[in-house]
Amino acid sequence: MAASDEGARGRTGSTRRQFLLGGAAAGFGAVAALSAEHTLDRPAAGAEPAPLHGTETVPFHGAHQAGIATDAQAYATFVALDLHDGVDREALGRLMRVLSDDAARLTQGEAALADTEPELAVVPARLTVTFGFGPRFVERAGGEAPSWLHPLPAFAVDRLEPGFSDGDMLLQVAADDQLTVSHATRMLLKDARGFADVRWTQRGFRRAHGSVAPGTTMRNLFGQVDGTANPVPGTPDFDEVVWATEGWMAGGTSAVVRRIHMDLDEWDTVGRAGREQAVGRTQASGAPLTGTAEHDEPDFTARTDAGFSVIPEFSHVRRARGVDEGRHDRIFRRGYNYDDTPSGDHVSDAGLIFACFQADVDRQFTPMQRRLAELDLLNRWTTPIGSSVFAIPPGCEPGGFVGDTLLT
Amino acid sequence: MTTRRTTTTLTLLLAAGSLGLAGCATQDAAAPTTADTTAADAVSIDDAWVKAADAGMTAGFGEITNDGEAELTIVSASTEAAAMTELHETAADASGEMSMAEVEGGFVVPAGETLVLEPGGHHLMLMDLTDPIRAGDEVTFTLTFGDGSTAELTAPVKDFTGAEESYDGTSGAEHEDS
Repeated sequence: MAASDEGARGRTGSTRRQFLLGGAAAGFGAVAALSAEHTLDRPAAGAEPAPLHGTETVPFHGAHQAGIATDAQAYATFVALDLHDGVDREALGRLMRVLSDDAARLTQGEAALADTEPELAVVPARLTVTFGFGPRFVERAGGEAPSWLHPLPAFAVDRLEPGFSDGDMLLQVAADDQLTVSHATRMLLKDARGFADVRWTQRGFRRAHGSVAPGTTMRNLFGQVDGTANPVPGTPDFDEVVWATEGWMAGGTSAVVRRIHMDLDEWDTVGRAGREQAVGRTQASGAPLTGTAEHDEPDFTARTDAGFSVIPEFSHVRRARGVDEGRHDRIFRRGYNYDDTPSGDHVSDAGLIFACFQADVDRQFTPMQRRLAELDLLNRWTTPIGSSVFAIPPGCEPGGFVGDTLLT
Repeated sequence: MTTRRTTTTLTLLLAAGSLGLAGCATQDAAAPTTADTTAADAVSIDDAWVKAADAGMTAGFGEITNDGEAELTIVSASTEAAAMTELHETAADASGEMSMAEVEGGFVVPAGETLVLEPGGHHLMLMDLTDPIRAGDEVTFTLTFGDGSTAELTAPVKDFTGAEESYDGTSGAEHEDS
């Protein structure tokens, strides 16, 4: 189960510190020197050195593409591509064959064919490559586009920049090692450049691998626990929220990628009580204002002595869910933070690469975003500056390629 | 979540599994059934690929392993993608300049060893391309061995700009015979 940062620290902090100190004292991978406490964390492994997490791999092939239900890696690069004129269905098939082969190899720690830096490929660090198709890709492929595959409607809060919006194709490249992400991204782009140009690139990060327990809900740069309401991968609930079931998209999903600028300078001036009212959750643990632990179910009926909702009507959590509209819209969020070079008199240019997956954008995401655009106190400090929607096709089997349900 | 750590076994399995995707060597189905092992029986080819080209010349690469107990020799290669295919090596000539030339006597692979065909080294030279060879296409070669046996291999095509090499005769290492 997911746990907040604090929960993880409170429970296992000393054990993990001891592990790190033991490891440092004994040199790389020397298990023999580790404390007895460490053996509680993992099964005893005889005299084998502790495996490096850089060797961990996530299968590339399968019913669904990796990088969605995969516990989010520390780093992700999102790249949107624009197809060259004249790239037709046949060419798209060639493109996806090449890129799928690159991804199949790189994610397993093998160099891609014609990889000029094969030495950079040997640390997969849970690398995943997830491909998405924009409206024009599906049109060129001659396929039937899902009804929701179009730019989101304009929202009053949007200040969208073309340089962070739309695109014919998406690459989501994620791993627990940034050098791995860089190499895989470049390898894929070298093989894509005969077919498409880079439209935009967004690089994001979470906590480093091993800093917090796997499954820990991420924190954004406002300090908030971000994504508590997510369905849990591997459950029927997750499958229902995320996976499409129809036609060439069966086993696929949709991705919404929005770049949300966060005004950290203004956020600094807001007191803790104000911040928590804006979200409806405590900053310390992410617990709803009616609860004590992150995953406590919010009680939207609870009232203060003065008769006001404990979780205010303007709060993010209440608006997102659609409580007061009698809805319970759900998506799966898998976002990353960004922290770029500031300009002018700002000391930060930071925000969130909001990435979410759901079976149907129009049914699940858009109503939620419409409510948030109408009323969400967080809008005072957040500005959407980029927005894209992609169809994420299902995974492929060995011998196949991502997109083969559309292109063959 | 299915995350696992690589082990030697898994790596081997994956390597075997990726052959299908990469479209690698397939043994000649017509290999003789005599007790004597042919060179085609003994050879395996991994990670083959061909450099994309619109016209003229290009090259094919890969790793050729001799799993048999006798030395084998690839005496020729052919493909419908090119009017002529030669076995080339890249080496320094008397003046120290790198040049590519046809290998006398073919590619020799000692028993148990692997010959790596790679940019800047040995390669299959495709000359006078029949049609453009585009990224994502597949090129099928027939290799003929010294004992007369043959093996087919299918190699995907990739865009490649590495090593400042040109196989179209316009720049980079010069071809002696072109």
